[in-house]
Amino acid sequence: MRRAAIGSVLTVMLLCTISFGAVAEDKSEKEIERYRAMISDPMSNPGFLAVDRGEVLWSEKRGSKNVSLEGCDLGLGAGKLEGAFAKLPRFFKDADKVMDLEQRLLWCMQNLQGLDTKDVIARRFSGPGRASDLEDLVAYIANKSNGMKIDVQLSHPKEMEMAAVGEELFFRRGGVMDFSCATCHGDEGKRIRLQGLPNLSKAGKQSQETMGSWPTYRVSQGALRTMQHRLWDCYRQQRWPVPEYASDSITALTVFLNKQALGGEINVPSIKR
Amino acid sequence: MKTILKTAALALVVAAGTALPLTASAQTANTAAIKHPDAAVVDAYLKSTFGKAPPEWQARIEPDETLKTCNHFRNDVPSAEADKIIKRELAKVVFPADGKLLGDWKEGKKVANNGRGGQFSDNEKTVSGGNCYACHQLELAEVSYGTLGPSLTSYGKDRKFDPEEAKQAYTKIYNSQAVVACSNMPRFGANKFLTEKQIKDIVALLFDPESPVNK
Ligand code: HEC
Ligand code: HEC
Repeated sequence: MRRAAIGSVLTVMLLCTISFGAVAEDKSEKEIERYRAMISDPMSNPGFLAVDRGEVLWSEKRGSKNVSLEGCDLGLGAGKLEGAFAKLPRFFKDADKVMDLEQRLLWCMQNLQGLDTKDVIARRFSGPGRASDLEDLVAYIANKSNGMKIDVQLSHPKEMEMAAVGEELFFRRGGVMDFSCATCHGDEGKRIRLQGLPNLSKAGKQSQETMGSWPTYRVSQGALRTMQHRLWDCYRQQRWPVPEYASDSITALTVFLNKQALGGEINVPSIKR
Repeated sequence: MKTILKTAALALVVAAGTALPLTASAQTANTAAIKHPDAAVVDAYLKSTFGKAPPEWQARIEPDETLKTCNHFRNDVPSAEADKIIKRELAKVVFPADGKLLGDWKEGKKVANNGRGGQFSDNEKTVSGGNCYACHQLELAEVSYGTLGPSLTSYGKDRKFDPEEAKQAYTKIYNSQAVVACSNMPRFGANKFLTEKQIKDIVALLFDPESPVNK
């Protein structure tokens, strides 16, 4: 109920902003800024409903072993959530793999809870009337790094490999339109149609602000989204094949983007277009 | 003596200011040596992420000779490499058999506005569009345009509707890299994304005096 009410108010606000956003660039930029400030108020950000659902899921006993995720080690020790997201993706010795938060959660579900993750993966992206455990858990866990700085781990050889491959993938062109990430995110102040594009090819402010604001509640989709969904959607626009969920290239790109964003402050879930 | 130096310096500044970038990304001057990870390692990552896609989709992200070079230099290709690319890509351009380069601008307008096609969310019935507005301004009345490429307003008019210029535009749209090596613009004809007819219609959008682009 509360969600629906918030949702429709946001939609109306968004439509108003967009319809005259087209008239003058400067004016629309300012309007969008004002709109952002307005919807950044946690009380009116439906993304926090995902945080609440995630909290319940985290302590719920599930799987063949009937245990909760509270024994899951996200890098700082079993069950320790404060600041864990800020240091992800990172190398996990038990899995012998660099993992982002979604990969790690799936690993814990399988290995700790003995949960068959097929259904969880089928619901990886929420839709109308279909919640996503992974989106909710990421919202809850990432929120516990608020106010902290992005501090992705780059000391283990596998972490360094991830960063290097992520960078290579960022600049790798292909598909029927010869696009790479850099085609759309390689310069300052560019836009596609009217959508502003952050420059992620450079370390610094734009990368920091971008990576520090995911997961986010996307008003246009009426859903909380994680970086997995953002990159899935960008690969769609890039005219590349469907990327496998929670797979290595996505994690490599996330490591690279977080490297560009080192030191950026996390404030999530944010709310965006 | 002093004045000579000053004039020389001024000439240099002017020359630097007006020099046109030779490649699509020369302005970024990414000249520092680029470190590339081992190709086999990158392939393993790609396999784990895209390996389940249909074979024809996987073939699309296999870089051809030109993209291999662009990827290696991150588009900032040295001029010798740029020459090779332009020569190779120019050979791929197929001009209309009847020699007519201008189609119907009204149809071209639809193609320029259509941003669909080629995405994994599309189906076989999706008609591919040129998506020109994603990157270019064209007719002034359309305010929703992107800025990844230069504005093309008044394009034909500014070129006095010169048929040679129209041929150059056809070439550019058919294969952007036949004109600028490692251009960020798609190679619409060469990649078989747009048909010859669609390209002629877009050339008309740019070069027909009646086209809103020239109003
Ligand atoms: C054809 C264009 C295109 C390509 C290619 C592309 N993106 Fe995007 N990207 C966009 C658009 C459009 C947005 C959304 C901007 C908005 O909503 O205002 C976006 C948003 C993003 C964001 C979130 C920005 C924010 O402010 O929150 C990230 C991160 C991102 N892209 C990364 C990537 C990566 C990594 C790749 C390559 C795998 C990529 N993109 C490829 C067009 C593209
Ligand atoms: C992804 C971005 C992108 C798309 C989509 C795109 N272009 Fe371009 N275009 C560029 C860039 C960047 C340049 C400038 C660099 C160059 O010339 O290669 C350019 C240059 C051009 C030029 C040459 C301008 C000059 O300097 O005379 C023409 C003509 C052109 N584009 C037409 C089109 C048309 C028509 C379409 C649609 C069918 C289109 N472009 C789609 C990015 C794009």
